[in-house]
Amino acid sequence: MPASFIPYFLVAQRLGIALITLVIVSFAVFFATDLLPGDVAQILLGQAATPEAVAGLREAMGLNEPAIYRFLSWLAGLATGDLGTSYVNNMPVSQLIGGRLISSLKLAGVTTLFTVPIALSLGIGAAMARGSLFDRVVSILTISVISVPEFMIATLAVLIFAVWLGWLPALSYGVEVDSWGAMLRGYAMPVITLSCVVSAQMIRMTRAAVIDTINTPYVEMALLKGASRSRMVLRHALPNALGPIANAVALSLSYLVGGVIIVETIFNYPGIAKLMVDAVSTRDLPLIQSCAMIFCISYLSLITLADMIAILANPRLRH
Amino acid sequence: MTEKMLTLRLPTPRNLGYSFNWIGRIGLTIIVLWALVAIFAPWLTPYPIGEIVDWDYFGPMSHQFWLGTDYLGRDMLSRILMSARYTVGISLASVTLACTTGVIFGMAAAVIGGWFDILLSRMLDAFNGIPSLLFGLVVVAAVGSSIPVLILTLAAIYLPGAYRFARALAVNVNTMDFVTVARARGERTSYLILHEIFPNIIGPVLADLGLRFVFIVLVLSGLSFLGLGVQPPNADWGALVRENIEGLSLSSPAVVFPSIAIASLTISVNMFIDNLPIKIRDRSE
Repeated sequence: MPASFIPYFLVAQRLGIALITLVIVSFAVFFATDLLPGDVAQILLGQAATPEAVAGLREAMGLNEPAIYRFLSWLAGLATGDLGTSYVNNMPVSQLIGGRLISSLKLAGVTTLFTVPIALSLGIGAAMARGSLFDRVVSILTISVISVPEFMIATLAVLIFAVWLGWLPALSYGVEVDSWGAMLRGYAMPVITLSCVVSAQMIRMTRAAVIDTINTPYVEMALLKGASRSRMVLRHALPNALGPIANAVALSLSYLVGGVIIVETIFNYPGIAKLMVDAVSTRDLPLIQSCAMIFCISYLSLITLADMIAILANPRLRH
Repeated sequence: MTEKMLTLRLPTPRNLGYSFNWIGRIGLTIIVLWALVAIFAPWLTPYPIGEIVDWDYFGPMSHQFWLGTDYLGRDMLSRILMSARYTVGISLASVTLACTTGVIFGMAAAVIGGWFDILLSRMLDAFNGIPSLLFGLVVVAAVGSSIPVLILTLAAIYLPGAYRFARALAVNVNTMDFVTVARARGERTSYLILHEIFPNIIGPVLADLGLRFVFIVLVLSGLSFLGLGVQPPNADWGALVRENIEGLSLSSPAVVFPSIAIASLTISVNMFIDNLPIKIRDRSE
């Protein structure tokens, strides 16, 4: 195999691993929720659970089929967009999820737009001024944000912006967003919280990536030849750090998946994570399974993307 | 010169390279403090935790109730002290479980190698592809929440990470001459793992255990905050925040202090681990 194909081979391999992982994950999600103690038909019928009714419902829901067959048909349904029917209100799951998914994606998108430029400039800045007061302040802040739970950031944000300053509504999300102002007010709090969580990770990883590159001999050579410190970082180190930085960005965006669950719950934001948390309390299994798969797929795509960028950006693999 | 060489060096922690700087010491002090609180909580609480002692709910901080009262008028200080048991206890149990199994599997994979290693690594890597909070949600949805379930779930979430870390360290040690010699002597795998590999990776493994403990505290608090962790009448710190979230708009101390308790524990563990002597944290340096 020619050496120039190696990165593509590695990328393909990474994609393959991601696919296998996805199958294993779906297996785990299906069986974790499907083989639970308690009969689904019995739970659904509740008071009306006569043995005949239970047997009839089991038959109608196909629960008498072997588990592996149900798993495969569920997987096939997922692939074709048929997500099954909710146990609780008998609506198709895809209909329940549709709008919610879009609101969650909006939240994630706005957060990304905010986070990336701020986090990158802070991370690169901290790496350039390594050891300075600015660097230390940024490091301490990011470590503190990383080591406290997301809901604490959210409650702090509410305390500061809603209770003390009175700028934003506290725990309510405007149901109808008719104007730009209302939308800003509705989005501000969740976005601030999520941005804090995600950017802390991103700043740390970006800083580490740039420092890694600065420590290489060729950058030191540039410095010895008389390049200024900022030129050394921006012209010599940064182009080679782009790959690791992109990797860091994708990897820290995967923290959105966990953060969004907490943030949507605390701010009552009508997204898919809130839907899932509600489904967990009503034990609506088809809904939980579908939401879990959506989360796993987004998480997996982000970390796979991060890995692929890291492979493609590494010039050493091309020779 | 010779005199200097002959000066007696007492084996104090400082001389052996095991001394901490002051940030690490502060961290250690806070950790020990919370551990003592968790152990002696029933003797420290000023009021019974379940009893409504104040007619006012979300009471402010006062001489009578140092940290105010909660949404039912129960003493917040007593509840926070008692909840330390659940947060610290559950997290400690699951981190110990995760690291013990992870490290044993990791060392075994490194020593045995071959198919065993590949299969185990691939499987646990796949497991790593599930976001941690989500895995907790799914399990709780399936089997319901109880303390043993929480401990096992949290341990399962952090097992792959512990495995990967221990395996990477053990692979390095495995190539050393003394392991080859032990192998040539015909020692069993269990002997290699316990007597040759383990003593050489214990330092970094303990440091890793501390960091994982922080993540577990965070996920546990997150689950409890969502109402899926520790169930009433018991409560951990995350559950305390959830119970009292209504008090947020009143900026009640009942919301603020459980959060501060979590932060003080996690930040001090981080401070302690970051400032561990290099000799413990990283043997390779």
